[in-house]
Amino acid sequence: MIAETLLVRLGGESGIDNAISAGDVLTRSAARSGYHVHTFRTYPAEIKGGPVMFQLRVGLRTVHSLGDELDVLLAFNQEAWDLHHKALRLDGILIYDPDEHDVPEGFQGTAYGVPFDRMGRDLNLRKGKNLIALGALSALVGFDFPQLQETVKDLYGRRRPQFIESNRIALLAGFQWVKDHVEGEAPIRLAPPHTAHESELVMSGNRAIVAGALAAGCRFFAGYPITPASDILEEMASRLPGAGGAVLQTEDEIAAIGSVVGASVAGVKAMTATSGPGFSLMQETLGLATMAEVPVVVVNSMRAGPSTGMPTKMEQADLNIALYGGHGEAPRIVLAARSVEDCFYQSMQAFYLSETFQMPVILLVDQSLSHRTETLPMPLISTVPVVERIRPSPEDTEDYKRYRLTESGISPMGVPGFDATPFTATGLEHDEYGAPNYTPDMHTAQLDKRGHKFEIAADALCGLEPPLGCNHYGVPEQEAEVGVLAWGSTAGVVHEAVEEMAADGVPVAALIPAVINPLPADRIMQFASGLKTIIVPEVNRTGQFAAWVKAHTEMHLLSLTKYGGLPFTPAEIRAKVMEHLVSRSVKPTPEPEPVEEGTHG
Amino acid sequence: MAKKSRATTKPILLPKDFKSHVKPTWCPGCGDFGVLASLYQAMAQLELDLAKTVIVSGIGCSSRLPFFVKTYGFQTAHGRVLPVAVGVKTANPDLTVLAVGGDGDGFSIGGGHLAHAVRRNPDITYVVMDNEIYGLTKGQTSPTSPLGFKTKTTPYGSSDVPINPMAWALASGVSFAARGFSGNPKFLTDLIVQGVQHPGFSFVQTMSPCPTFNNTYDLWRDKIQDLPEDHDVTDRMQALAQAFRDDAIPVGLFYKEVRPTLESHTRVTDHPLRDGGRDFDVRALLETYR
Repeated sequence: MIAETLLVRLGGESGIDNAISAGDVLTRSAARSGYHVHTFRTYPAEIKGGPVMFQLRVGLRTVHSLGDELDVLLAFNQEAWDLHHKALRLDGILIYDPDEHDVPEGFQGTAYGVPFDRMGRDLNLRKGKNLIALGALSALVGFDFPQLQETVKDLYGRRRPQFIESNRIALLAGFQWVKDHVEGEAPIRLAPPHTAHESELVMSGNRAIVAGALAAGCRFFAGYPITPASDILEEMASRLPGAGGAVLQTEDEIAAIGSVVGASVAGVKAMTATSGPGFSLMQETLGLATMAEVPVVVVNSMRAGPSTGMPTKMEQADLNIALYGGHGEAPRIVLAARSVEDCFYQSMQAFYLSETFQMPVILLVDQSLSHRTETLPMPLISTVPVVERIRPSPEDTEDYKRYRLTESGISPMGVPGFDATPFTATGLEHDEYGAPNYTPDMHTAQLDKRGHKFEIAADALCGLEPPLGCNHYGVPEQEAEVGVLAWGSTAGVVHEAVEEMAADGVPVAALIPAVINPLPADRIMQFASGLKTIIVPEVNRTGQFAAWVKAHTEMHLLSLTKYGGLPFTPAEIRAKVMEHLVSRSVKPTPEPEPVEEGTHG
Repeated sequence: MAKKSRATTKPILLPKDFKSHVKPTWCPGCGDFGVLASLYQAMAQLELDLAKTVIVSGIGCSSRLPFFVKTYGFQTAHGRVLPVAVGVKTANPDLTVLAVGGDGDGFSIGGGHLAHAVRRNPDITYVVMDNEIYGLTKGQTSPTSPLGFKTKTTPYGSSDVPINPMAWALASGVSFAARGFSGNPKFLTDLIVQGVQHPGFSFVQTMSPCPTFNNTYDLWRDKIQDLPEDHDVTDRMQALAQAFRDDAIPVGLFYKEVRPTLESHTRVTDHPLRDGGRDFDVRALLETYR
């Protein structure tokens, strides 16, 4: 069978089998061969020991989710088999180390016992068994071997040129072992890539956020290490100095957001990134940024909470704190990125909005989106205009009112060292000059000013088209019976499930907004107007997004929640949609099997 | 923005020219008036540019100070003066950045930031107005209140050993440490001038009494004395010994050393970040992900 989409999982022991590293290099190699790739990984919070897995979905067309059943399981040890064999399709391929474990009787798939560990020791390549495994995998299921060799040489060789030769030997040993020991072809093989296809970029969500911020002109970053946002700090630390910017690793998240606010007051586009616990610490200073009207961008990569929770697992449970976390009435723009590519655009958009409206913008992603890699086309940088806050004109300088009550609520912001408009910003309620003022009239007027900016933003954003605004999938909503309304990284799973069903004639449509606050309520109500049922899948227990949409639209929504620390799968979305169609006596189209040949897309 | 269009205002030399139209909210006799007067004097002596100076503060009586000065100012959240000031200075090393606040703001709610700001050594001058009481909230025990101190929050006397801010700053590696008294504005002016001129983090603890809730004028006048004439300002251990004296409150320059500043560190460019990297090639960065 030649598969247009192939789902491979590598499972092993953290710090021993280097499964993540193998997965990364295979991803890059597949992308360079011209495939689309979507990866997912889990790892323990501990540094050494514990099971890790890397899942790689390769396709001829864009792959939107991590998929359902595995086509191939590459198990480095007994535990990997124990943990993952149930995810393997019945007729799937198992590649395992026969010295580590046996395959139980009754296994219906095709098992290939490749002694990775022994081969590594025989070749005196202590850390080479992941490459031996990759070589074998390539030979068995048809990953382009010359490209894999080239990619390993390029990526590993760049860091450790002394191992280029031993890496080559290891990779080849695995490949050759299959040629020598396996007769015939494996039952599932990956279709060759479209040769005309230009190779795409392979990025993680966090790296796309950094690139988007740099494209938007971010030149200051402050952060405190926290999973799963640390690699934004690391990437900024490596990239920003070369871009003429600066990075501070601060003593805590309170200092991080404080320094970001300070840098922005001094005229620099500034950002911080954190996860739930750190985001909680930033709430007070975010209120200050709202009050003093300072543009700042805060990324919250959500992990399972509350408290320390599960740092390496995803959850979409910080919507409420993003929306409501501040004291007083402090409107914040909240964006949620839907894919790695979208991380780039929403990161740019976050700066566009914070600079335009002089307020904090929160960009929500989650552990799965932060750390997974996807192939994506070269982003179109001009998609989002690069803008800067409005600055005082010569007329403003005469009698400068930093918080002038303008029609839009937006008032020119003087920058020390650049504008001759000294003023004092404050978290106190203030008059137009910025001086403390507690009169009822002024508090009302300034609350209106800050609120009005937000309403102007809502007007500007409600008609936003993809890739920045609402994405629509499936059949046109007028033809749909059931609608799916989702947010954040659940988008990819919904996209895939809905497109597949729509292709099979199921009347289903999906709408995925990127701007969560201000919510494009009109667009959502328009989407919903002809639908009988609207399902809102999200990874949290209480249906936070469903509640938020209900509050704005008073629509009846069917909340679908999952809260184990893992994303939805397309099958779970399909099942819910089909169940609802059945319950409404709509003649259902049979549910497509998850990984049948050619069903993807 | 091009360099030529950067804001400049003509040098203003008189202290009164630094005075804003906002009237101080402090009680009559508040030590902070003396500190403010010293600051005006120091700013005039230093010929600071109104448009290139930023005074950052936290929350508390003394943190109202930025409103009373004509320069740029930013009154932040309670305890957050130092992280914000560090952000301002890092973003634009051309600016003169002053941080001001009280003992509660700097040593209690914001205490976690002091050691870190100090060890990074940004070129900032931090003037703490220490009155050993929470004034704005009407008289509660503060982190520098003495043992046994009675207030509404400690009706049986405070059981907490007070923080020694000078020793704390010195132990954290501060590159400039001085102590002054609001009752001697001329002396204090000189310390602030030295602090601003010092290339690095300058810690200026100012004994600034609160006549309303903790009138320490008489007590402090008795205990305050100049540091010994032979005090060696390059000897951190000598400075610490002076900081730990309880027979007197020594004032003057405790310690000074010149070491690299945060802004001079390789991670941070020496020009305003607004000028930097406008032409950074994001596409080239993205190409590396193929």
